[in-house]
Amino acid sequence: MTDMTAGVGIVAAQRAHFDQPLTLRSGAVLPAFDLTYETYGTLNAAGSNAILVCHALSGHHHVAGRYAEDPDNVGWWDNIVGPGRPLDTERFFVVGVNNLGGFHGSTGPASNNPATGKPWGADFPVVTVDDWVQAQARLADHLGIGTWAAVIGGSLGGMQALQWAVNLPSRVRHALVIAAAPKLTAQNIAFNDVARQAIITDPDFHGGHYYEHGVRPLRGLRLARMLGHITYLSDDQMAEKFGRVLRSGAFSFGYGVEFEIESYLRYQGDKFAGVFDANTYLLMTKALDYFDPAHHFDGDLARALAPATAKFLVVSFTTDWRFAPSRSREIVNALLKNEQDVCYAEIDCNYGHDSFLMVDPQYHALVRAYLDRVSP
Amino acid sequence: MNTRDRPDFQVIASWVQPGERVLDLGCGDGALLKLLIEARGARGYGIEIDDANVLAAVKNGMNVIQSDLEAGLSGFEDASFDHVVLSQTLQAMRHTEAIVYEMLRVGREAVVSFPNFGYWKHRMDILQGHMPVSEGLPYQWYDTPNIHLCTIDDFDAFCAKRNIAVKERRVFDEGRLITEEQNFLGSLAVYRITRG
Repeated sequence: MTDMTAGVGIVAAQRAHFDQPLTLRSGAVLPAFDLTYETYGTLNAAGSNAILVCHALSGHHHVAGRYAEDPDNVGWWDNIVGPGRPLDTERFFVVGVNNLGGFHGSTGPASNNPATGKPWGADFPVVTVDDWVQAQARLADHLGIGTWAAVIGGSLGGMQALQWAVNLPSRVRHALVIAAAPKLTAQNIAFNDVARQAIITDPDFHGGHYYEHGVRPLRGLRLARMLGHITYLSDDQMAEKFGRVLRSGAFSFGYGVEFEIESYLRYQGDKFAGVFDANTYLLMTKALDYFDPAHHFDGDLARALAPATAKFLVVSFTTDWRFAPSRSREIVNALLKNEQDVCYAEIDCNYGHDSFLMVDPQYHALVRAYLDRVSP
Repeated sequence: MNTRDRPDFQVIASWVQPGERVLDLGCGDGALLKLLIEARGARGYGIEIDDANVLAAVKNGMNVIQSDLEAGLSGFEDASFDHVVLSQTLQAMRHTEAIVYEMLRVGREAVVSFPNFGYWKHRMDILQGHMPVSEGLPYQWYDTPNIHLCTIDDFDAFCAKRNIAVKERRVFDEGRLITEEQNFLGSLAVYRITRG
């Protein structure tokens, strides 16, 4: 099992500036941009032992370790990254990056628009998974990484790993696509749109220019997160953790917090709204909705994935209903059709979509075993 | 016994030509697949349901897909493999006929091996009033995973009735090739079959 006392230790975020314009898939052009990132371990002389960790909807560059000035702020995937952990920093140079449009130091809606001198707000261009791959490739250039030993991510992060393998095949040796899907279903998009509507209809949203008004659409963001959070958990896990337990032990015949699940969700919503940016949330959900590598191939995923030369590890979780195992099998079946190298595992884990963030012995042993095959 | 030395593995290896595509159903730790890739220059995938075996196959460097064979091979295209192998697993499957048809749909030919229930030692056990226990059938009746045991003659009859062509058959006992009285003297049968 992972030793929770060890890990990469104290880390510090870094920032890279890119002054060459970036043309986005929408046609918009970012004249320049910054990316915030962290690295763990040491890049070897050949630059061949680097692993890129792509984050999901609400993630960022702080993947592992702690900050000296904020020791309680542990990286979001600390349990898998570190010396002796599955992403072993004694063998690999691990890179975490905050995506374009993010709220954690990379250029995004809260950054100043050089054209106006004011925050971009709603004017920040909509970014896609393709755009992120392009921006991440600039970071790879900056760090002296020609080819990633592996690109790994869960959920929206897994979609980036897949897109990397398709868009820049010569720069990815292995793609680890975890708890992902080849595109969103109508149901997935529906959840995202309810979340967006919650934010956009908040009176404090001000058309996305709330920074100038000194307010934030906290109510909308809170609702969006509460909704999202429901989709990350499994029904079984919710039943087990909360059931129908009442906080006071009896009905109060009112609309306050009564059931434990209500208390939990409201707490999660408040916590998230306190630290996250609504415009970034909108952008991330849109990137999810637009993701569909097969879009330009008449929906034929196998044709879309054909350019990839990477070897794949695809992992799903039995209780994940947001991106169920059958969605991962779509990816696997397309790779099989192309006779591409792929391993697929379906992990029996109780934590729904969030399972990919958990320490599950089989899951971590599998990622470890797979990465043991990856030459540094 | 080192799994690589298993007589059925050696026979299967001899039927696979360099560059051919192999799908190994119930691949275990991937030992046969690895043999076919390394010794015969084949390429392909293994399918396995058990967590520990999936992990072992990944460690062995194989392309392994975690999946339940009882659900069929729906992710696989028709005729996408040269050989589809089911090594000593048929007798433990619920949907015996279905998996044979699936193998012949996905593969140009199928390789099936199974313990011969008609082996003389098994017959002796029955005559003495007990369910057979042998090297090939190492389980007691109450803990066996084997639910569809058959004899060599039974499998021949099944193939004939279902219009399945037997291209080759090899029968072994204790690692030795058996050519006479196979249904009596053989403990392990390996078939190479195609659509008739």
